[in-house]
Amino acid sequence: MKNNTYIYLLIMALVTYLIRVLPLTIIKKQIKNKFIRSFLYYVPYVTLAVMTFPAIITATQSPASGIIAFLTGLLVAFFDANLFKVAVSCCVSVFISELVLPMIGLI
Amino acid sequence: MKEINRKVFIKGIYDGIPIALGYFAVSFSLGITAQNAGLTPIQAMIASLLCNASAGEYAGFTSIATKATYMEIAIITMIANLRYLLMSFAMSQKFSPKTKLLHRLIIGFDLTDEIFGISMSQKGFLNPVYVYGAMLFSIPGWAIGTGIGALAGNLLPPNVVSALSVALYGMFLAIIIPPCRKDKIIAPVIAVCFVLSYLSSILPVISNLSEGTRIIILTVLISSVAAIIFPKDTEEGDYENEE
Repeated sequence: MKNNTYIYLLIMALVTYLIRVLPLTIIKKQIKNKFIRSFLYYVPYVTLAVMTFPAIITATQSPASGIIAFLTGLLVAFFDANLFKVAVSCCVSVFISELVLPMIGLI
Repeated sequence: MKEINRKVFIKGIYDGIPIALGYFAVSFSLGITAQNAGLTPIQAMIASLLCNASAGEYAGFTSIATKATYMEIAIITMIANLRYLLMSFAMSQKFSPKTKLLHRLIIGFDLTDEIFGISMSQKGFLNPVYVYGAMLFSIPGWAIGTGIGALAGNLLPPNVVSALSVALYGMFLAIIIPPCRKDKIIAPVIAVCFVLSYLSSILPVISNLSEGTRIIILTVLISSVAAIIFPKDTEEGDYENEE
């Protein structure tokens, strides 16, 4: 059977959209239950933390530069919450460490 | 009111720029996957424009490459994207109950990890205009990056791609780390997340699960335990940055 690529893409788009939009449109009231409120308070921190580590270490060309990016991000974010600065600091730290580390024989 | 919306919109654009930058790098490699699956650059771009999902699209493309059935594509896409159900649930509480359905329908379209992250870190109820500002560059950044990736696979030098690929993680850190100063419980919770996430990526059985599934399991587990041990009395719509 020859499947149509555009139908594939439409199915992907539709399924993705439904998952994202259903709770957002169905749950309009503020939930009063203390456990659920607390649970949802922690969800953003937990899910973003879990997604960041250890993924950041495997994203770069070498684990060493990934670890440096991770530490740089932690440090810069602690002192300055600016999204753009933290993101760029991480990128620059990877670029520099991948230039310098091979020179001093660490990668 | 109009003046406030203009400022909020510009703040959204400002926060959306690092997202667009990171998206470009990630979607670039996604485009290469799409090309390997036999998609044209235009098809790859359409996929990203409509889906706005990294893992979900990746799973979809690799399935298309194996000539999966339509049902298989639907199920794989659902599994890879299931964590958005949780994020959408959390975000439903970030909106004022008065926020109109149309806003919810539009924002749901671009409820990515990053848009979720920056939206949840806003003070008080979420102003939809902020998200629209962030969408302005991030949606084209994602779609164009995918298209160029499919078109010119290995044009960027590998060290530039490597450097750009940490942009999104840097942003995640910029969202979760600063509130540690105000809420002392958050830092240990995040530390536990890092440790368990690392362990789940190397331990037998659980490391065989897909990354998406592991994210869901860990999120539900850690957030539940934290909610039981350290319940929070949050203000309406306010998740963090409480003064």
